[in-house]
Amino acid sequence: MIRLEKRRQPSTFWSAMAPLMAVLLTMIVGGAMFAALGVDPVAAIRTIFWDPLFNPQFASYSRPQLLVKAGPLILIAIGLSLGFRAGVWNIGAEGQYIMGAICGAGAGLIFYPSESVLIFPLMVIAGGLGGWVWAMIPALFKTRFGTNEILVSLMLVYVAESILASVSSGLLRNPEGMGFPGSRNLAQWDASANRELISGTGMHWGVVAAFIAVILAYVLLSRHILGFQVRLSGAAPKAARLAGVSPARIVIFCLGTAGALAGAAGLFEVAGPAGQISIDFNSGYGFTAIIVAFLGRLHPVGILFAGLLMALTYIGGELAQLMLGVPGASIQLFQGMLLFFLLGVDVFTHYRLRPTAREAA
Amino acid sequence: MNRRTLLASAAILAATAAAPAFAQDDPVKAGFIYVGPIGDGGWTYEHDQARLAVEEEYGDQVETVYQESVPEGADATRAITQMALSGADIIFTTSFGFMDPTVEVAAQFPDVKFEHATGYKTADNVSTYSARFYEGRAIQGHIAGSMTETNKVGYIASFPIPEVIRGINAAYIHAKKVNPDVEFNVVWAYTWFDPAKEADAARALIENGNDVILQHTDSTAPQAAAQEAGDVITFGQASDMSEYGPEPRVSSIIDNWAPYYIDRVGAVIDGTWESQQVWHGIDEGMVEIGEISSAVPEELKAEALDLKERIASGEYHPFTGPINRQDGSEWLAEGETATDETLLGMDFYVEGLTGEIPN
Repeated sequence: MIRLEKRRQPSTFWSAMAPLMAVLLTMIVGGAMFAALGVDPVAAIRTIFWDPLFNPQFASYSRPQLLVKAGPLILIAIGLSLGFRAGVWNIGAEGQYIMGAICGAGAGLIFYPSESVLIFPLMVIAGGLGGWVWAMIPALFKTRFGTNEILVSLMLVYVAESILASVSSGLLRNPEGMGFPGSRNLAQWDASANRELISGTGMHWGVVAAFIAVILAYVLLSRHILGFQVRLSGAAPKAARLAGVSPARIVIFCLGTAGALAGAAGLFEVAGPAGQISIDFNSGYGFTAIIVAFLGRLHPVGILFAGLLMALTYIGGELAQLMLGVPGASIQLFQGMLLFFLLGVDVFTHYRLRPTAREAA
Repeated sequence: MNRRTLLASAAILAATAAAPAFAQDDPVKAGFIYVGPIGDGGWTYEHDQARLAVEEEYGDQVETVYQESVPEGADATRAITQMALSGADIIFTTSFGFMDPTVEVAAQFPDVKFEHATGYKTADNVSTYSARFYEGRAIQGHIAGSMTETNKVGYIASFPIPEVIRGINAAYIHAKKVNPDVEFNVVWAYTWFDPAKEADAARALIENGNDVILQHTDSTAPQAAAQEAGDVITFGQASDMSEYGPEPRVSSIIDNWAPYYIDRVGAVIDGTWESQQVWHGIDEGMVEIGEISSAVPEELKAEALDLKERIASGEYHPFTGPINRQDGSEWLAEGETATDETLLGMDFYVEGLTGEIPN
C-alpha cells in the first residue's frame, strides 16, 4: 500500500516541476482525446503549441496576438494573486473589469469629439477607479460586516453585466449607430484609441501596463514590508495579527489593487482590441485570470508565463479548429485539463508518497 | 540577350502564364464563423447545415472550414483574420455582433469576400444578408393568440436589437388581432445561446401563467422546460426542433441558408461575386414555416397556412396600418405598410405591448 504523507517543507523541486508536468500530462491525455476524435494527435498538439509561434502562414499575425490576448489576463491575474496569497478570495474580477471599461469609456466619451491628448490618460485613470470602486464593495462589506468576499464579489459580476447591458443600449449607445446597442468605436477615435505602440508587435498600453505590474508585484512581494504582510496574512493569519498586521488593511489593499488593475485592463481592452462597449465585449477574462494566477503559482514571473501559455492555447486552439476541424468544446476541455493536472500534480509539492508497512494496512 | 537569359525569361513567362490556371484548379475555400456550437440545435446548427449543403453542391470544387463558439468582440477579429490568412476566399460571419470585426478585417483583405449576417455595414468586399423572420413571427403570433388560454404569452428575447424587436412586434400584432385580451411578457436573456439561462427564463414565465413561450434564443432548452411543465406550447426557433413535437412545439421558423450560401459560393467560383444587401423572406425560401403539429386545431392550421400564403405572395405585409407606437403616436396609417428602412432600424414597441425596451 501507498499513502500520502505531508512534507514538513513544501518541495521546491515539485513546486517548480508541477507546471511543466501539468503541460506534459495535458499533452498526453489531450493527445489521446484528439486521437479519439479522429484527429492526428501530433498534428493537433503541434498546431496548438507550435503553429501560433512558428507557422509561416500565421505566425506573423498570431505572435503579436499572443500579447494582445495575454496582456489583460496577466494584468488581472497579478492583482488577484496578491489577494489569493493573503487569503482574500476575489472571484469578481470580471465585474471589476466590466465596470472599469464602462467608467473609462464613459469618461472619454463625455469629451467626444475632442482630440485632446489628455483624454486617453483620463480614461485609464477612470477605468482603474471604476474597477477599484467595484472591488471596494466586497472589501467594505467584509471588513465592516464580516460578509464572505467570494459571494459578494461574484454576485457583483452579474450586477456589472446588467449595468453593461443597460449602458450599451442606453447611456453610452452610439447616437449614429442606427439604434443598435454598442458605444462609439473607441479604437477609431484618435484621442481614445489604445493603439499598437510598435507596429506588428501587438504591444499596446495594456500590455505595457501588464509588464510593469509584473515588475512592481515582484518588488512588492520580495522587497517591501507590505508584501511581507500580504504573504504572512495568507500563510499564518494568527501570526500576522500578533505581529500587528491589520487584517482589514490587507483586505482593502488586496481587493483595491485587484479591482484597479482589472478595471484598467477592461479600459485597455475596450479602447483597443474590442473597440467598443457592447453588451458582451467581456469575454470572461476576469474568470480566466483566476486560472492564470494559479497556473503561475501566484508568483509574478510565473503569472507572466502562465498568461502567455494560456494565450497560446487559445490562439493555437483556434488554429486547430480552423486547420484540423476539431470541435470548439475539445479545446475548452484541453484547457481544463491543464488546470486539472496542475492542481493534481501540486499534491506532490506538499505531500510525498510513502509505502506503508503491511501491519498498518 | 544571350541564349541563357532568353530561356530564363521564357521560363518566367511560362510560369506566370501557368499560375492563374493553377489557381483555378484550387478548390475555393469557404469559411464560416459561428457564434454558438454547431450542435446548438438552432441558429448555428442551421448555418452549419447550409455549409454542408455547399460541400454537397460543389464537391471537389470547394473546401469549407468553420470555427464555432466565437465570442463577439476582440476574439472575433482574430478568428476572422486567421481564417482569411488560412486562404479562405469567402467568409460568412453569422452573427450580428461580428459586424465591426468583419468590416475591419475585410479592409485588410481586399481579395477575400465577406458575407455578414443580419448587419447593416457593407463594403466593396462585404455583403450583408438576413431573413425576414418577422414574417414567420406573424404566423406564430396568430397561432399563439388563438391557442393561449391564460391570455399570457411569454417571449424570451435575446438582445434589444431591431431584429428581435421586430419579431416581438410582429408576433404581438397578430396575436392581438385574434385575441384582444392577449398580453406579452418579454424577458431579456442577453445571450444568443445559454441553455441554463434560457431554461430559467422559460420556467419563470411558465410559473407566472404564460402558456405559450416564444423564443429568440438558439437552444432547445426552453422547449425542454415547456415539455417538463406540460400544457404549454412553444415554437421551434431557427431550426425545426421537431423532436419536441407535436407538443409543446407546435410549429417553427426554420432558417434555410443553403440556397443563399450555394449561390454566393458559386459566385466566387465563377468570379461574379459582387457586394450586395439581401433580405429574403418566406417567398424566397430563406424563412420556412415548420410543420404545424396535430396539437393545433385543423381550422387554425388552415388560417395559419393561409396567412403564410398571403405573406409569401406579397398580398399581405405583416406590418400594415393602422398601427400605433407604444406611446400612442401614429406609426402607420390605415393601409400603409412599413418601409424596410424603418423595419431595419426598429427601436420601439407597438401600442399595447407593456414594459420597456431596455436602454
